[in-house]
Amino acid sequence: MELNQLTIHELQEKIKNGEVSALQITESVFSRIDAVEERVHCYIRLMKEEALHAASKADDDIKKGDIKPLTGIPIALKDIVCTKGIVTTCGSHILHNFVPPYSATVVEKLTAAGAIYVGKTNMDEFAMGSSTETSWFGPTRNPWDLERIPGGSSGGSATAVAADECIASIGSDTGGSIRQPAALCGIVGMKPTYGRVSRFGLIAFASSLDQIGPFTKDVEDCAIMMNILAGYDPKESTSVNAEVPDYRQFIGRDIKGWKIGIPKEYFIEGIDPEVTAAIKKAITVIEQGGGQCVNITLPHTQYCVATYYIIAPAEASSNLARYDGVRYGLRAADVRDLLEMYRTTRMEGFGAEVKRRIMIGTYALSAGYYDAYYKKASQVRALIKRDFDEAFKTCDVILTPTSPTPAFKIGEKTDDPLQMYLSDIFTISTNLAGIPGISIPCGFTSGGLPIGMQFLAGHFEEGKLIQIASAYEKNAKNEKRRPAL
Amino acid sequence: MDFETVIGLEVHAQLLTDTKIFCGCSTKFGGAPNSHTCPVCLGMPGVLPVLNKKVVEYAMKMALATNCEINKSCEFARKNYFYPDLPKGYQISQYAFPLAEHGHVLLDVNGEQKKIGITRIHMEEDAGKLLHDEHNPVSYVDLNRTGVPLIEIVSEPDMRSPEEAADYLRRLHEILVYLEICDGNMEEGSFRCDANVSIRPRGQKEYGTRTELKNMNSFRNGQRALEYEIKRQQYLVENGGTVVQETRLWDDAQGVTNSMRSKEEAHDYRYFPDPDLVPILVDQPWVDKNKKDLPELPLAKRERFVKDYQIPAYDAGVLTADKALAIYYEEVVKICSKPKVASNWIMGDVMRFLNEDKRSIRECPVKAESLAEMINLIDEGAISGKMAKEVVEDMYKTGKSPQDIIKEKGLVQITDEGELIKTITAIIEANPAQLKDYRDGKEKLFGFFVGQVMKATQGKANPQLVNELLKKMLAGPS
Repeated sequence: MELNQLTIHELQEKIKNGEVSALQITESVFSRIDAVEERVHCYIRLMKEEALHAASKADDDIKKGDIKPLTGIPIALKDIVCTKGIVTTCGSHILHNFVPPYSATVVEKLTAAGAIYVGKTNMDEFAMGSSTETSWFGPTRNPWDLERIPGGSSGGSATAVAADECIASIGSDTGGSIRQPAALCGIVGMKPTYGRVSRFGLIAFASSLDQIGPFTKDVEDCAIMMNILAGYDPKESTSVNAEVPDYRQFIGRDIKGWKIGIPKEYFIEGIDPEVTAAIKKAITVIEQGGGQCVNITLPHTQYCVATYYIIAPAEASSNLARYDGVRYGLRAADVRDLLEMYRTTRMEGFGAEVKRRIMIGTYALSAGYYDAYYKKASQVRALIKRDFDEAFKTCDVILTPTSPTPAFKIGEKTDDPLQMYLSDIFTISTNLAGIPGISIPCGFTSGGLPIGMQFLAGHFEEGKLIQIASAYEKNAKNEKRRPAL
Repeated sequence: MDFETVIGLEVHAQLLTDTKIFCGCSTKFGGAPNSHTCPVCLGMPGVLPVLNKKVVEYAMKMALATNCEINKSCEFARKNYFYPDLPKGYQISQYAFPLAEHGHVLLDVNGEQKKIGITRIHMEEDAGKLLHDEHNPVSYVDLNRTGVPLIEIVSEPDMRSPEEAADYLRRLHEILVYLEICDGNMEEGSFRCDANVSIRPRGQKEYGTRTELKNMNSFRNGQRALEYEIKRQQYLVENGGTVVQETRLWDDAQGVTNSMRSKEEAHDYRYFPDPDLVPILVDQPWVDKNKKDLPELPLAKRERFVKDYQIPAYDAGVLTADKALAIYYEEVVKICSKPKVASNWIMGDVMRFLNEDKRSIRECPVKAESLAEMINLIDEGAISGKMAKEVVEDMYKTGKSPQDIIKEKGLVQITDEGELIKTITAIIEANPAQLKDYRDGKEKLFGFFVGQVMKATQGKANPQLVNELLKKMLAGPS
């Protein structure tokens, strides 16, 4: 095995034992990048020089015995988290030259934990999309099939992990943007509880739904990353000051006596039969592990997509108003007046999907429509949250497919936004309810595409997700495959 | 036709917190452009607001001082519009759930108390400023003011004349300054006002179409703008026209209001709850604490002055219009125990000096103590009222105590009987003809002798004593 293929915990062992250096690990990641990145295109910006410099510094620390949880570990960052002094684009032309004078809280935490940054990963523009095709920098390709999309919006971060172009990465999830690409790329991805991980420095798409989380090669790495990312941040008003457990303690524990809720609303027509089959097989594994699967109902599931596509664009229409060409980013040249500067800057700076959502959101908040759309959606959202509160009275976790289909072809859904929106049908409710969710691999299609399974738990129950995901991972004994790039 | 005017006012007051409402930047006025900014108030991508709790406290104080009900839960909302001085493309304000509602202030209208309703008081952030280059087609943005906390105080349409409106503004201004939550500086924009104005035939219940007036940056301008706008509306209606709902800008130099934008051009602000901020929960103990900490308000002080010091309501009004002045007055009275005399000296000489120099009472060189001592000296007969006029002017110029000035200028009044008798005797001896005439019944000549004595003593003789002695001595040995 090459070093770049290993997990965080495997590399940590080797570092502690003096078997490998941070520089070796980092170099192995960059040689992989040299070999495959041209075909995959998961990075918007590589930070090779900074990474190698950081790696030699890490080796100095290692020599001194100063080994932090991520010392020497190459990590990729979705280009939606601000990095001080390093261009942060959010996948958009309008921010193509934006250099933040500050770093996101998660970046500061990762840095403090010893992380080495490989680069900033590709994404759907402003995280609006499910395929990473709306990026101004062009699409990322699924490492399992380069004709296909890797999912989105954090497609770059998911691909970087799946293609071994980093060890772990950071994504953001507003309606499934971590879990869906994790499923489509065959890796682990977690969206924590809203308020668990700081949003400070995360470029906002929909503020009440956005949450940062990790992509990793296995569940234990997910626990390691969550130990670093989770925690209260006084710079964020919606951050929750709740105790953070050591998530690694949940690794390897069994789930005997657990009740696993299977919501009937998530096994619908139109779902790929191979996905259904894989989930059914996974259920057997879980029951063999001592879990008891019970049927539950989440009655307002059918309204999730509609609710989401009012609330998220409404918030986005306001969040994206600051991109006006006045202070940073793109400013249209040769304009006659202020209005033309605004119009041309935003016309040239935003892509079609972003414009579509700004229009939808602006409409939903307009005088005379607010009550029928935004207000109604907020009320339905409360009902969706209540569905989960009720469900968790009868079960410990909920199990669903992550995505109704495996990775689809590039260009297949770009002309049909509604079809594109439906690929997040199983992940959206989680964000509306603010609960945590994890996607883990549960097999492959006959064509060799990864299939993902999602677990959901109550607020701040990330530990339960790690426990059941780890138990499944152990019991399923799924064959380890790597994409043939 | 006889018209009735209907006016409602929206006042924006900057709060005197040290830091901005959602970040730690300084709120100080001025400073090099954009020197009081950070990523948060610059509205950079990914930044988040964190509420300055002091803002809630200050806003609550104003709400309590104007008899508002404090809502147990309130929330911030985004007011969305594009303008270069608004870095996020929205202003964080309050909309559906403001901090406080249903308050009032009392005005004195023709000797009667009138209640002006306060619809709501809410918190929001200020915007920045644009600087336009006069010689080039360029504008600059200064975001120092962005995020400075404001409260907006919205009144009911309860005012019926520009005078009432100006009076209401003065009352609000006074309360804000008394609470020490706003410096009230209108030139620097710490206290700003917009007005909604309409007219209707007297007796009609329905309101007429209103216009909104902006850009009135002083009490006087506000009143002038309202007077102009009312005349404009009346002229329109009387000549078969109609008032159009629109926003109009007061042009101070021309003394007119001009249309800024029509109703159709009005913004749709698309208010919605700000998802980056959580609802503010205000519990009763917090309200009670702020209520307890409220200082004596202008109206209460005014009433107390009239009652305790027995001074006219007019005096009490003048003395309490400025909290520092009221404190000054009470210090003087405490030492000299002559409330009305003290009031006369302050309202007369002291305030005249201050007004001439455009100084506030805080900058007054005449210490309250000194003024009180001077009043005591008059009372004791050590100096005359006329001398005191000179003394107080010197006190103002030099900041010295009255005793020092009297000593330096030799202003001490001659109250020594023996010395005066000597002077008077000499004068009588030098003027035998006048003495004879006086004794023959020409009593007017008494004044001549008083004048001679004053002249001889350079005005320092105690006038009362001079009168007494002269009467006796002119009458001759009895």
